[in-house]
Amino acid sequence: MNEQTVHFMPRMDATPPARMVRVLALVAAICGSLVVAAHQGTLSAVQENKRIALERAVRKVLPEAREIIAYWLLPSGALAKANGAPPPGALVFHAGYDASGRLVGIAAEGAAKGYADTVRVLYAYDPHAQAVRGFAVIASRETPGIGDKVTKDKDFLANFPLSAQLSDDGTALAHEIRAVKHGTKTHPWEVDAIAGATITSRAVARAINEAAQALLPRLSPHLATLAQKT
Amino acid sequence: MKTRPLAWEEFMEGVWRQNPVFVMALGMCPVLAVSVSAINALSMGLATTFVLVSSCALISLLRKWIPKEVRIATYIVIIATFVTVVDYLIQAISLTLYEALGAFIQLIVVNCIILGRAEAHASKNPPLAAIINALGMGVGFTLGLFALGSVREILGAGAWFGISLFGDGFQPWVVMLLPPGGFFVLGGWLLLFSFFARRRAGA
Repeated sequence: MNEQTVHFMPRMDATPPARMVRVLALVAAICGSLVVAAHQGTLSAVQENKRIALERAVRKVLPEAREIIAYWLLPSGALAKANGAPPPGALVFHAGYDASGRLVGIAAEGAAKGYADTVRVLYAYDPHAQAVRGFAVIASRETPGIGDKVTKDKDFLANFPLSAQLSDDGTALAHEIRAVKHGTKTHPWEVDAIAGATITSRAVARAINEAAQALLPRLSPHLATLAQKT
Repeated sequence: MKTRPLAWEEFMEGVWRQNPVFVMALGMCPVLAVSVSAINALSMGLATTFVLVSSCALISLLRKWIPKEVRIATYIVIIATFVTVVDYLIQAISLTLYEALGAFIQLIVVNCIILGRAEAHASKNPPLAAIINALGMGVGFTLGLFALGSVREILGAGAWFGISLFGDGFQPWVVMLLPPGGFFVLGGWLLLFSFFARRRAGA
């Protein structure tokens, strides 16, 4: 045996591993309970806030609606009144009715990548004119003073109503809704982008286009049923 | 000369002499990012203060049991817990505010002021002293954010707490709301702070 074998002795002040594990487990247990308590305690208030935020956005895009009913368009093509969490593949939309129970518009969500993050919008579709009447931003991280102009800029808001006619075979929009460079709008389905906020303008147009392409062709067979409040 | 109580000294340490924003220049990421309006700045400051005080209190309580080998992991777990709590609380109070503060609420976890306080103060002092020290730092941080947020909102949006100050004729100075504006205003405040600090030292 070599006499010079070095024995690595644990340092005298080192904590035994078992104690470290015990302390970490204790801290994790305390922290876990705190997180669960906070989640449970705020859950109902958070859900209520989300509901109010969505309702406020729907009221903003359909101001003359007296009553708003949420619907699901199921993957099978059937229509159902919303009740709890939507089943997978279902499209959610909100039908707004005026005081006499007549359908004034449909509100639905769309989302597209903007400059900083996903821009989520709620757009209002007018089935009588087959047009997108307007939109509201539900969530965005766009640059204040630049990207957030899309909700305030008068020229941009003048893009609406935006033509959203279905093609003859009814499987898609007749014309894709898209943003064009500022000052080059020639068709009623084009969105005149804000100079300096082109990316956000394009995101709004794409969000509306993608959502409308998915929803409107499948919604059109049901419009007669939805025309009066049930 | 009347000697002020020790607690007051401890508290003012963070508010004035060691102000995290103006003196130590710590936690600059949220300072520059969310100080676009007075209300955002104030909420961010209060959220950070809450996390700072609660985690320092808990760390100070557990300081004798936490082995030094795993102390950083323990501190991070405790800080992350209180950040999650504050995240839920803000969602419950206002979704608009939650959207405005964005990822910076979650990023309080990595705010160096908090880990710095935990390591340098809370892990060596009894709970009361740790809470007072953390509260002072939190108030100092909130004041710093609020000073930036107020100036940026007034210059960049012509408003304070969302209340329009100059009427419709005001042309907003948009750059103040953009990241460069954060640096301009921070530079201005730092200048002012060091001017006063130097004058006091000279007097």
